Amino acid sequence: MTTAVLFDNVSRHFGAVRAVDGVNLEIAEGEFFAMLGPSGSGKTTCLRLMAGFEQPTGGHIEIFGETAEGVPPYRRSVNTVFQDYALFPHLSILDNVAYGLMVKGVNREERRKAAEDALAMVKLPGYGTRRPGQLSGGQRQRVALARALVNKPKVLLLDEPLGALDLKLREQMQEELKSLQKSLGITFVFVTHDQGEALSMADRIAVFNDGRIQQLGRPEDVYKQPKTRFVADFVGSSNVLPPKLCQRLGLKTPFASLRPEAIAIAAPADGALSLSGTVSAHSFLGAVNRVVVDVDGARVAVASPAALAVPAVGSPVTISFAANELHPMEDA
Amino acid sequence: MTAFAEPLVLPERRGPASRLSDFFWRHPHLLLTVLLAPPLLWLGIVYLGSLFALLLQSFFSIDDFSGLINYEFTLSTYRQLLSETNLDIILRTVLMAATVTVASAVIAFPIAYYAARYAQGKWKVLFYLGVMLPLWSSYLVKIYAWKLILAKEGILTWIFEKLHLIWLLDGWLSLPVVGGNSLSVSYTGTFIVFVYVWLPFMILPIQAALERVPGNLIEASSDLGGTPAQTFRFVLFPLALPGIVAGSIFTFSLTLGDYIIPQIVGSSRLFIGQAVYAQQGTAGNIPLAAAFTVVPIVIMGAYLFMAKRMGAFDAL
Repeated sequence: MTTAVLFDNVSRHFGAVRAVDGVNLEIAEGEFFAMLGPSGSGKTTCLRLMAGFEQPTGGHIEIFGETAEGVPPYRRSVNTVFQDYALFPHLSILDNVAYGLMVKGVNREERRKAAEDALAMVKLPGYGTRRPGQLSGGQRQRVALARALVNKPKVLLLDEPLGALDLKLREQMQEELKSLQKSLGITFVFVTHDQGEALSMADRIAVFNDGRIQQLGRPEDVYKQPKTRFVADFVGSSNVLPPKLCQRLGLKTPFASLRPEAIAIAAPADGALSLSGTVSAHSFLGAVNRVVVDVDGARVAVASPAALAVPAVGSPVTISFAANELHPMEDA
Repeated sequence: MTAFAEPLVLPERRGPASRLSDFFWRHPHLLLTVLLAPPLLWLGIVYLGSLFALLLQSFFSIDDFSGLINYEFTLSTYRQLLSETNLDIILRTVLMAATVTVASAVIAFPIAYYAARYAQGKWKVLFYLGVMLPLWSSYLVKIYAWKLILAKEGILTWIFEKLHLIWLLDGWLSLPVVGGNSLSVSYTGTFIVFVYVWLPFMILPIQAALERVPGNLIEASSDLGGTPAQTFRFVLFPLALPGIVAGSIFTFSLTLGDYIIPQIVGSSRLFIGQAVYAQQGTAGNIPLAAAFTVVPIVIMGAYLFMAKRMGAFDAL
């Protein structure tokens, strides 16, 4: 398997600010890779390091085996879909899409054909003569995608491309992006702060915080077995059990994560673990009821199927879960 | 409801100002009329009226014997305008205005680009001060200062001597048309002073235009494979064009109409402004002076028309 992007202990410091601090990652060719984290976590700076808009202050970057340091953006076979699309307002949609081919000297007829094909691919055939200002946000997003893909990049970088779209459109674009990536086989590197987006689309996820990768792995693993408290908190909403409860459950590590949907409000079955506490709050979330149980001062959230009755606030309950759902965490 | 609740409609405050506010709030168009009428009247009557009166003058003629104006419609003044000497003046002025405009744009662009893209905080303040400060001092003082700088005994000659480059200056001055006895009596000198004096009028609009270009468009161009030169040509320049055109309207028209700079610095050959000044003053030929002033108006009209055709205002 070829490595598309390699970060070897890469840092990007802005004065005293460590935007990216010792990041190691290896993205395989054809992979859909998501960089997930809150704003200021360094994920966008990593993307800009790949695009060439930033140069690392330390470490080494390779793109398809070639050293990337000192290579300007215009000599990298990497293209970006910008967060706010960055379409050229003075050019028609067709000229926007054909821009990459135009600056590379492709002749007019050929680039017009390629741009029209690209527009058809993103389901905007016949929009070529319009201006960016005449399109809706979702349409502009597609044009930005076509403008990047028409260059047949080896790596496509997407900087929160769905952030400005409404929920319905975002879900639709997620599916389209995923199938587009499958059919083109291009490596996608996707930056997002939306964990649902990362989980549903990516082959692998890197969770960023404070310029470092907290955890890197397949979505299921990151979701089910968060390594750190930050990941447990940021990706979904795992419970982090404090040392007192871990001790009671016979764990050696100080902290452990437990997903709300792995917990049942019921007496334990054979081999299952249990804790007892009192219900302190509950709310209706549609498919489930979120019930917060107070166990000796620690709040444990339980996702209880909506079909089940919700115990009243203040009533004592026993919560139980399978032993393998409890994931020990090294670090707080 | 608490005891302190206000009634829904507050009682009218007393005083004529309050009543006036209420009146205008109910009649917003009247307020607009009151605010706009004085400036529009001034613009319409004083400004456009005098311009129109001037244009009218150009269709009269002057009696060669008595020196009195003959108030009969005629095109003879325009025939006079198109004589060889006068055409020379027009051509000279237009060429000067064009070169001054091009040079100003070339010099202004990097300065404006720096100010719009990189300058922040106190550097931005320094930029504005640096650009505006010359505008606050007297125009005449600046021109006389330049006359001294450009004179044969001036600092520029001295610097060229010290750098052992006096041959370069002498070589330039020995060229036909642009040369002369010294810089202060050559077209080159006139050109330098024009560029200096009008440069702020070019920098500021370009800077304003560049300020509106989002930085990520430049990154997008680079990302798509555009070299810096291509990014300038296909993205930055087209988007800055409205600013350049706005700036060139200033530099071009100000050069077309100026009569002081060429009189103080430069050769004795006339520019349009000087011709107008001489015709309406010493010569007393108001019709010809009026005809001369029509020339810049026509040229600017044609220039703006072409700029619009070229799409200079598309990105506005």
